[in-house]
Amino acid sequence: MLGLIKDFIDFLTTPTISFTLLTVLTPILFPPTDWFDKLSRKLKVDKLWTNKGGFVGLLLITIFMVMGYTDPNFSKILMKPDNFPIVLLIYSMFFYIWWGMKQAYENDARLAEGKKPNEYHDPDDKVLVWPDLVYIEFIALLLFMVFLIVWSLLAAAPLEEPANPASTPNPSKAPWYFLGLQEMLVYFDPWIAGIVFPMFIIIGMMAIPYMDINTKGNGYYSFKERRAGYFIFMYGWLVLWVYLIIVGTFFRGPNWNFFGPFEFWDPHKVVALNNVNLSEYIWVIGLEKPLPSNILLREAVGFLVVFAYFAFIPLALSKTLLKSMYEKYGSIRYGTLMFFGLSMLALPIKMYLRWVFNLKYIVSIPEWFFNI
Amino acid sequence: MNKDNKFIPKASIGKDKDKNGQIDRKSFIGWLSIGWLAFAAATGGYFISMIRFLFPNVLFEPPQSFKIGEPSDFEKGKVDLRFKKQYNIWVVRNDEGMYALSTVCTHLGCTPNWLSTERKFKCPCHGSGFRISGINFEGPAPRPLERYKISLASDGQVIVDKNKSFKQEKGEWEREESFLKV
Repeated sequence: MLGLIKDFIDFLTTPTISFTLLTVLTPILFPPTDWFDKLSRKLKVDKLWTNKGGFVGLLLITIFMVMGYTDPNFSKILMKPDNFPIVLLIYSMFFYIWWGMKQAYENDARLAEGKKPNEYHDPDDKVLVWPDLVYIEFIALLLFMVFLIVWSLLAAAPLEEPANPASTPNPSKAPWYFLGLQEMLVYFDPWIAGIVFPMFIIIGMMAIPYMDINTKGNGYYSFKERRAGYFIFMYGWLVLWVYLIIVGTFFRGPNWNFFGPFEFWDPHKVVALNNVNLSEYIWVIGLEKPLPSNILLREAVGFLVVFAYFAFIPLALSKTLLKSMYEKYGSIRYGTLMFFGLSMLALPIKMYLRWVFNLKYIVSIPEWFFNI
Repeated sequence: MNKDNKFIPKASIGKDKDKNGQIDRKSFIGWLSIGWLAFAAATGGYFISMIRFLFPNVLFEPPQSFKIGEPSDFEKGKVDLRFKKQYNIWVVRNDEGMYALSTVCTHLGCTPNWLSTERKFKCPCHGSGFRISGINFEGPAPRPLERYKISLASDGQVIVDKNKSFKQEKGEWEREESFLKV
């Protein structure tokens, strides 16, 4: 029975399945429109943001962890000192999102009844920075230091032998906070996944206050006031960053192959990964011709696809589905939002293209170190 | 307060001297130029010494051109791992001859492992795979592994010269120096 459950979890964590599940789940957990909101309430997913729901969530995570610590394969990964922060991350991510969402849902219900939000007491009821806030911060700092000291006493630092170019650890993993980036690097050229995307993430997050023109919902927890924004951010943060860190820590084994958490890390696991560029698909497989010697002609379709993705989609959406938003936001704000949103969405698209069609690069010019 | 009682501070510099003691416009620009020139010379000097720092007197690295033994030392169809640690190369011999492959993955520069049962080089960082020829076929590596110049010395030994590398995507593997016919 337990073996069956473990096999089922291994099956669920296959990248195609787990990513599809998470992509479907995110709009139900954080419904961006009325339709999803109704669906979420029909499936009783909104009950997760109550005390009972939070308890069930923590219980499920703990059952998974206990199963992991008692499993001979998964315990090896979980007990690694490098991976302890990920266990902390899973618990703390769940707890803080649940906490925020619970208060937001309570406030939304209060506001719907015409009441004031929970945080509202009296306009004159102030809290002082000194001593109220500074004392809390000081106590938090002391507690955290105690935690760090106890942690460093209990677990030895995971130091390894001096670097040796002749023997690379297999798998070679970055520090845990970079595993999301390392996962991105599997699907993109280093300069895109290592330089362009991290820059977009930072600039995009800096742009959020300028993208958000809603004046409601300031100073109190609320989900309904900016639910589309919540959904987009949660998909980017939870699925494309936190989940990728978890994938990199738990599901990537020798030779950077995918392994289920309860699967044995077999260094000889055979995975067919013959990757093909878009230009080879079109010229060699589609037209049955050799690749043209002119680089730009060879990659013309790839450039066209990338251009259409970033130019045609926002233009078409501004005329149809997002017409009211385009009028409200203005062209510059709308364009910026679309550009960063589509860049974010490019990651899961590229991942699926790789998994389903073995597509390596859409534009592939190794001669110029330019690959998309 | 009376206006007469108000304390008016007086500049102390140049108080005792007449107008001749003050710096006029012309000499000000002169001093300013000298100051800037001195500043530029000092920073320039530091900059030059910093550039000099990039070219050390002694370089503790193996020679870039080295002998690896006679062709008969290498088995056909096998990847020779003996020179991986010191020189970062794999030496491969097939039915036609020999070539020296760089051990640097063309994706992000990790060192792949040779998997003898699967007969491929597999990078443990992002999963790039290369065939025994060095051609990339799986994972994100955008181009094949580079080959180094390989030739026979007069004493019959094979010389690998890492100063000259050959990239397949630029058609350089067709060149004679990239492959040693044995």
